[in-house]
Amino acid sequence: MANTQTMVTSFLGELMLGQHQLGASTIVSRTSLTAPTTDTVKAALYLASATINAATTVYTTTGEVTGTNYTAGGVTVTNATAPTSTNSSSTAGVGYWTPSASIVYTTVTLATSFDCVLIYNSTQSNKAISVHTFTAQTITAGTLTLTMPSNTTTTALLRLATT
Amino acid sequence: MIVTTTKGDMDDSQLEKREGTVDNENELTSWVEYWLDGELVHRSAHVTLKKMPGFAGAEVATF
Repeated sequence: MANTQTMVTSFLGELMLGQHQLGASTIVSRTSLTAPTTDTVKAALYLASATINAATTVYTTTGEVTGTNYTAGGVTVTNATAPTSTNSSSTAGVGYWTPSASIVYTTVTLATSFDCVLIYNSTQSNKAISVHTFTAQTITAGTLTLTMPSNTTTTALLRLATT
Repeated sequence: MIVTTTKGDMDDSQLEKREGTVDNENELTSWVEYWLDGELVHRSAHVTLKKMPGFAGAEVATF
């Protein structure tokens, strides 16, 4: 047998679970360090004219859509499935997570074109998680449904991988 | 079928229905519109996200 240098796969999923703290990070306290609660994740929509990208660090109202039945900050993401990780080889692995249900904005009117959803952690000071774009849309007295990809190592909404 | 519109709930038989789809590597999107006398009174969209944002692989240092 030989040892193989790699970042262990379990670390990837554990990062998403906040189980490692390699610096003096300031976080909003969970209920208990031994019986933590899951943070609330939210999804906000942004106008096609907004600038939401990799440099976005927190949720912002700048460029967010407005309209009938849309509340600033968006909607809460259903998160019933915790991040996990798995090996694809002795050196490569993937940590991954996907919301466990579609993100739905029901009976809204969003008259100005939008093309982006920001996923963010509302428990932890609205820290940004990811940005997802799509073809620009408007909604008129209707429903916008964002269906998530399958939660697999190759298609999950968020993936962290070693190579 | 009853459709929620800007004029209130209406039967779809009273409305003109228009539909469309976008299918590319990033998304599968379908939308439906209902029109009444040339006025858009309902539009819904269903976006299925296919692709996650790009990410960089992680490596550990060799020493």
